[in-house]
Amino acid sequence: MSIARIEARFAALAREGRAAFAPYVVAGDPDAETAWRILEGLPGAGADLIELGLPFSDPMADGPTIQRGAARALAAGMDTAGVLALMHRFRTSDTSTPVVLMGYYNPILNCGLDAFAATAADAGVDGLIVVDLPPEEADPLADALGARDLALIRLATPTTDEARLAIVAHRSAGFVYFVSVTGVTGVKEADAATIATQVALARAATRLPVAVGFGIRTAQRAAEIARIADGVVVGSALVEEISQSLALNRDPAPKVLDTVATMAQAVRSARTSG
Amino acid sequence: MPPVLALEDAYARAKADEAFQAELAGYLKDYVGRPSPLYFARRLSEHHGAKIWLKREELNHTGSHKINNCMGQILLARRMGKTRIIAETGAGQHGVATATACALFGLPCVVYMGAVDVERQAPNVLRMRLLGAEVRPVESGSATLKDAMNEALRDWVANVSDTYYLIGSAAGPHPYPVMVRDFQTVIGRETRAQILEAEGALPDALVACVGGGSNAIGLFHPFLADDGVRLFGVEAAGEGMKSGRHAAALSGGRPGVLHGAHSYLLQDGDGQILEAHSISAGLDYPGIGPEHAWLREVGRARYLTATDDEALEAFALCARLEGIVPALESAHALAKLSEVAAEVGRDGIVVLGLSGRGDKDLASVAPRLERLG
Repeated sequence: MSIARIEARFAALAREGRAAFAPYVVAGDPDAETAWRILEGLPGAGADLIELGLPFSDPMADGPTIQRGAARALAAGMDTAGVLALMHRFRTSDTSTPVVLMGYYNPILNCGLDAFAATAADAGVDGLIVVDLPPEEADPLADALGARDLALIRLATPTTDEARLAIVAHRSAGFVYFVSVTGVTGVKEADAATIATQVALARAATRLPVAVGFGIRTAQRAAEIARIADGVVVGSALVEEISQSLALNRDPAPKVLDTVATMAQAVRSARTSG
Repeated sequence: MPPVLALEDAYARAKADEAFQAELAGYLKDYVGRPSPLYFARRLSEHHGAKIWLKREELNHTGSHKINNCMGQILLARRMGKTRIIAETGAGQHGVATATACALFGLPCVVYMGAVDVERQAPNVLRMRLLGAEVRPVESGSATLKDAMNEALRDWVANVSDTYYLIGSAAGPHPYPVMVRDFQTVIGRETRAQILEAEGALPDALVACVGGGSNAIGLFHPFLADDGVRLFGVEAAGEGMKSGRHAAALSGGRPGVLHGAHSYLLQDGDGQILEAHSISAGLDYPGIGPEHAWLREVGRARYLTATDDEALEAFALCARLEGIVPALESAHALAKLSEVAAEVGRDGIVVLGLSGRGDKDLASVAPRLERLG
């Protein structure tokens, strides 16, 4: 499975003629039990691929919403071993939905790259996105993951020019994650025409599917992106639902899964209605 | 990566450009007031039993070594056509130096500062505002220097087209550690000439405090090839190394990656970054410049630690014996003078990097100084 699971999912969606909907949640947010109910419910709510955040103490690429989610998860005792345990449990009931972990380098380095790759593969993880690891420094991790058939998914941003896209695409696996704004998660929104141009550039540099994330907060916006990219990632809008539910003393799981269902529906109907 | 690659390229060109170096030298002389004196501290020498010289960086304009680096980087920012400057600060010394340089060139300036530090370094906050900078308190994480750096990085990636991020320590992604070191080596180059002039010999030891490590690397670097010159960095041991509440990344941390640098870090078993603790806001960083990690690994420099209490005692001692109120950061280096003096002996020459002045610290240390008597 692993890289193959990601490839199979994108291939199937290409045959359906639609983009993947990929929700992002922080593993363990707001606590292990609630996070499990959210994770377990994501495929049924319409997630084609799941990005599971590894909580980190210093998430410098994230806006305030995801910072708060990571802080909640860490305060509730989540750690790397806990995230992988969550994944293990997920794979007992779902073997077809690809899951990629998204996080920062230090906790992974701390585990040891080979040890991390081995335990992640055992837990049923399919790929990894490391936001603070540039391609110039990524070979050791790419080697470790490659030995377990796990994908190291690379990030491109609006400041990534054509020459650099070639560097990003080299050794990339699974898909390329295009960050649609210059900035952190969940704050700004770029216009669809600009994103379309940049996605076209990324497609010219890689044969891999191109997913777009950062700054997609509404179903309407998700549908717009679904018309131009192979995948749509929504994170802050979901983590914000958790914050709001907690503030109202309500169970966040149903609210998050409702939002996922609405957005997944928008992505599914984007190309037929648009 | 593209922003730091562009910076690396621009810095390499500036470094090789004589016009840039001449312009920088001019500002360092006439605006900063360099060279800073190398002063023979007679009473400290008698007290500790070695020939102790103080490299008086606290006499620079703005009161610390931080201005050396700010002048270099602000000239670079101007060459790069950047029109907005951001910075992080701990004790506020780097924030004040950045705000000063921005005022000099009429550039808008935003300084990120942990909310805890905003509280304990009120005089510097006032100075930055007076100089026209906007001080943004950072509430996330431990609300200290590392969180201010996270927030500055977030600002930079969102505004990279017009914004220059002026990092104050020998930390962060390449080329910052190298560039900050280069701009701070003026300390060591002057020291070398001054001590040869005064003593006719190289020093037996150099001592400097280390948070991120910019003043220490600036003092050490021109002496790296001189094997007879022993190098001592002093990290903040906070409430004591055994308490776990300290800021000593080399002495109490493990290798890791934070803010784009691979170095020693305070971290837990899961690789989460731990909060650093020190009475000195300027040493309150859980990492350390990567070059210090290297100097320690190859055995060229040694790294000692000084607790809050030791630093406070040294702070008061320096004031009484020399009439100089040092910054709490520099007081950590002063606190290890006895140890270093014991190693070099009565005729040994020790140069201590007095990185900043302590006026900013008076309010926050007053209650604890009274307890010390």
